[in-house]
Amino acid sequence: MLIFILKRVAGMIPAMFAISILAFTVIQLPPGDYVSTYAAQIAQTGEAVDSAVLANLRERYGLGENVAVQYFKWIGGIVRGDFGQSFEWNQPVTELVWGRMGMTALISFLTLITMWAVSLPIGIISAVRQYSVIDYLTTTFAFLATAVPEFLVAIVLLYISTMWFGVSVGGLFSPAFENAPFSLAKVLDFLQHAWIPILVIGLGSTAALTRIMRANLLDELHKPYVEAARAKGLPEGRLVLTYPVRVALNPFISTIGWVLPALISGELIVSTVLNLPTAGPLLLQALKSQDMYLAGAFILLTGGLVLIGTLISDILLAISDPRIRLS
Amino acid sequence: MSAPFDTTKDAELLDQQVHAGSLVAASQWALIWHKFSRHRLAMVALVVVVLIYLVAAFAEFLAPYDPGKFDPRYTFAPPQQIHLFLTDEDGTRFAPHVLGYKSQVDPKSFRRLFQPDPEKVIPIAFFVEGQPYKFWGIWEANRHFLGPLDKADPFFLIGGDRLGRDLLSRTIHGTRISMSIGLVGVTFSLIIGLILGGISGYRGGLVDRVIQRVIEFIRSVPTIPLWLGLAAAMPKDWPPLQVYFAILIILSLIGWTEIARVVRGRFLSLRREDFVIAARLDGVSEFRLIMRHMMPSLYSHIIAAITLAIPNMILAETALSFLGLGLQPPIVSWGVLLQDAQNLRAITQAPWQFVPGVCVVVAVLALNFLGDGVRDAADPYAK
Amino acid sequence: MSDETILKVRNLSVDFPIQKSVVHAVKQVSFDLKRGETLCVVGESGSGKSVTARAILQLVAKPGAITGGQILLNTGSGEVDIVKLGSRGLAIREVRGRRIAMIFQEPMTSLSPVHTIGHQIVETILLHEKISKEEARKRAAALLGRVRIPEPEKALDRYSFEFSGGMRQRAMIAMALSCNPEILIADEPTTALDVTTQAEILSLIRELQRDRGMAVLFITHDMGVVAQIADRVMVMFRGEKVEEAGVFDLFERPQQAYTRALLGSVLKLETPAPRPPRPAAEKPIAKIENLELHFPLNAGFMGRPTNYLKAIDGVSLTINQGETVGVVGESGSGKTTLGRTLLRVYDPTGGQVMYWPSNGEPVDIATLNKAGMKSLYGEVRMVFQDPHSSLNPRMTIYQTISEPLRTNTDMTERQMMDRVSELLARVGLPPDIGDRYPHAFSGGQRQRISIARAVAVRPRLIIADEPTSALDVSLRHQVLDLMRDLQNEYGLSYLFISHDISVIRYFCDRVAVMKNGKIVEVGDVVQICENPQHAYTQNLIGAVPRPDPRLRADAPQ
Repeated sequence: MLIFILKRVAGMIPAMFAISILAFTVIQLPPGDYVSTYAAQIAQTGEAVDSAVLANLRERYGLGENVAVQYFKWIGGIVRGDFGQSFEWNQPVTELVWGRMGMTALISFLTLITMWAVSLPIGIISAVRQYSVIDYLTTTFAFLATAVPEFLVAIVLLYISTMWFGVSVGGLFSPAFENAPFSLAKVLDFLQHAWIPILVIGLGSTAALTRIMRANLLDELHKPYVEAARAKGLPEGRLVLTYPVRVALNPFISTIGWVLPALISGELIVSTVLNLPTAGPLLLQALKSQDMYLAGAFILLTGGLVLIGTLISDILLAISDPRIRLS
Repeated sequence: MSAPFDTTKDAELLDQQVHAGSLVAASQWALIWHKFSRHRLAMVALVVVVLIYLVAAFAEFLAPYDPGKFDPRYTFAPPQQIHLFLTDEDGTRFAPHVLGYKSQVDPKSFRRLFQPDPEKVIPIAFFVEGQPYKFWGIWEANRHFLGPLDKADPFFLIGGDRLGRDLLSRTIHGTRISMSIGLVGVTFSLIIGLILGGISGYRGGLVDRVIQRVIEFIRSVPTIPLWLGLAAAMPKDWPPLQVYFAILIILSLIGWTEIARVVRGRFLSLRREDFVIAARLDGVSEFRLIMRHMMPSLYSHIIAAITLAIPNMILAETALSFLGLGLQPPIVSWGVLLQDAQNLRAITQAPWQFVPGVCVVVAVLALNFLGDGVRDAADPYAK
Repeated sequence: MSDETILKVRNLSVDFPIQKSVVHAVKQVSFDLKRGETLCVVGESGSGKSVTARAILQLVAKPGAITGGQILLNTGSGEVDIVKLGSRGLAIREVRGRRIAMIFQEPMTSLSPVHTIGHQIVETILLHEKISKEEARKRAAALLGRVRIPEPEKALDRYSFEFSGGMRQRAMIAMALSCNPEILIADEPTTALDVTTQAEILSLIRELQRDRGMAVLFITHDMGVVAQIADRVMVMFRGEKVEEAGVFDLFERPQQAYTRALLGSVLKLETPAPRPPRPAAEKPIAKIENLELHFPLNAGFMGRPTNYLKAIDGVSLTINQGETVGVVGESGSGKTTLGRTLLRVYDPTGGQVMYWPSNGEPVDIATLNKAGMKSLYGEVRMVFQDPHSSLNPRMTIYQTISEPLRTNTDMTERQMMDRVSELLARVGLPPDIGDRYPHAFSGGQRQRISIARAVAVRPRLIIADEPTSALDVSLRHQVLDLMRDLQNEYGLSYLFISHDISVIRYFCDRVAVMKNGKIVEVGDVVQICENPQHAYTQNLIGAVPRPDPRLRADAPQ
């Protein structure tokens, strides 16, 4: 098992490398470089530009040298925990990203758990009771949920809560807790706010997962091993749960690979609309003002988050499916 | 007990004659249509999709106004109701019309408040003369499908936006952009997906492994940050048409993977199919083998894949534009229109700004149902 | 065997509603099953034999349903009507696995892939008996030992995918027997297995039955298996019971026309078709020498692979002009791969395939270039096993049959149309069906179409890869006779690949026996079948169930 995990971790290295190249490309894409932008910005404020500082910065990022050198200086910095400088905030990127990324990871994780908790039972019921009222309802709902963009759901929710209930639903904390230290009350306050983004972000993927669970299970329900288990006298409920569901769970687990990227994408949009203190609004702001080191850091980290998620799903899959574990 | 028995002859009878009906000479398309047409929801979806694309095709004619025409007097003008009968001193008669607005500015909020004005009767009709336009940028015309007889009169069937532009006209024009992004973007994806997926599945080996890794990688990257990153890198001074195509390319750079996956999968299984090996052993050329013996099994699957890819393109464009990193005004797409709905104040004052959102949902829903129907019918020979 | 009846089936009917019509899968079937006896239910595909078996355990898959009749189980303290128990609830579950157990056709998929063998057997025991887990496990191990699975203790903790097909079927049997059922229903339990494994499983079932005095309801399509194990036989055809008799009576004095037809087509294969004598001086048409096809197993990164899958491992075989050479072997023996390698579907990794074309010098197919292969495709043809997958469903019959004409001849469209009609008539089909698609035809008809395609260009050598395996037994000799007629007409040579000794014996002049990519024995078909030399061949021939109950050890004199 340990060897299996080590192998998977080693397998992630090329993917991580590819993501870093991608993030670096995005950083490099806009015309001009960071230092000239920085210089122009300072010049705008009317202050004198210290050419020694600029030269220092150029040296640090390897500007003027070839792209490979720039890349390695950048990635070398990241390995040491230095993501570069945000010129818009005039702060090291590191100070800006971690808190926000942490929130994004937390929200994504909570959403993932909620999604599974919801889609698993519904998917099972809708497969076992195929063509029943419940099945038709979930099918209709699933189609609808996949067709509505997340941000639209977020706005409609905003609209409804404001117009009908007169409460605003933005943010993740009440103002009183915004800067309060960690406490049980703060966690409760967080959960009171967090269910809305979780609902909105998870809606589409929950629908998709329900459909997948239903389809997987329908495939399994008519396999010979189910009939064989029935022939030995297992009660129907236990039969379904311990045999076909158990097998259908495996492809379900491996959906993390694409659900997580979708979740993070959704989180970015929804957090912008709901104005959450997560990576989304900051990334968007960074991109709009071409604050590329900050943007690049976010892209790199979201990619890393997906890789970690995929690793976890691989491990879960190996635990759950002996065919993978033993071959 | 029974008469002498000729084994051979009776054995012949055992070879049951299956299918003697009307489908014996039915081609795959006839069978697919036969199967598809039994899928009622997909049939409805097909009609809806055709209607939406007709709206996109005849946008200039269907829209009462140019999407850019604005009038500050009608900021956030509410939707008008169509009245079919008019009652005045001459009695009641059939005279379709809408009512003009009485407006006043609320002293507290400085908002303009509108009331329908029964005094201002604005007669409307089909095929009215209105603002001149160039149909498809080629033919000069000024007929509109529906509009006020006097083109100076206000006509806001689903309301106006913050600059007093007609939301209906803008939504109709947005239909053209959004739906074409879907279609053209999918065409790009199809070209990339078909070539890479085809090579991957037909050649196999190292090429296949490399392409597979690339696809896996692209699928594991969260799309929105990447799209945003690429879109943000676009120079801000590009003309709208260039932005349009740049967005198309950005979307299809990621969208091709699903089509490639389908094409590769089909090619891989087809390559091992006995009838393909049989054709190879008939001595047919490689080109004929692919085009004549393999491709026909792929068409329906490709159609299903692209039908299901279009809604994703539309959703992606909508999200990008909504966030302000996709298409930019003056281009109108559903996503661009929804930018106006980002602001809570704007939507509480004028909830009709959700209409483009409804269009997105309807279009995506219809395309998904259609794609599902096609996919289910795509292989009429499966048991 | 006692005379006590344990199961009485009376007027059983099962219907399957399909869209607007209803398929009557089982129509008013009645039979008795006595303690300790083996009743074989035999019939071709679609005869309703499997549905009957499933109905007894209330396992008919939706939308099918039992629509009438009784299934009376003698519980010792009275009769229980299983039909009345319904498909759910405690009452039917007490019957399933406890009183009546069942084993299935597909050992590969009948066991759960995510549970250990031990878990599945222990679960069954604990369902029906109040004993401790440890005791149940002990009994499970004993059962695995009883069905002769080596190292039963260890086997308990293994997964089904770690076992071969035969071992899985043994495990399945162990599970079925775990609660000492009075009736075992076996639904084609050996159909998916090789013939030697089949023999082992059959003797195991027979042995266990005698030990336990169990009644066995054995579903099969194979008259040979029936002759081997049945006490009584029930013949079914299109949902109806045709005939029921003791096994010796049935084979000697079949009463019904259908039974006679069925037995006739089986027995016809038992007597080899008359063959013209071979000329004294044979002229070879193809000569395979030391042919090898190795696939690297551990495709080493950069370095050389160290381990190979030797699909074909040094095969030498000669096919003479006008001769039919059979290749027989079990699954995985490499026989199909051999056929395909001869036409370079796979490129051989060593050896030679010399071929003497109609005009010109012999060529080595193994190293022939593209142009050379192209000229060969018109002379050497192939017929595939599965007539459903070898015809392109999207092309009409005319398009399919004319394809080789189009690429190998200069015929005009008009000429091709005439030729296709002529060919269709020749293979016994109406000549005007060219515009139809394959889905309009049955398996036997499709195989005739495949043969028409193969002979369209007047080939000299046909590689026939199990051309009759996918067909019901009654159709097999028809297709073989057609191939024989075409051979006489066109002077064809055949390389005939099959796993079925009876078909080989009926059709071939010589036969090569393959195992693990090697030929273990070659010789005249009569000699190989009657007097095999190699141990493997002896085992193989001995395992083939012959459709003659008189050959049984317990046959009355």
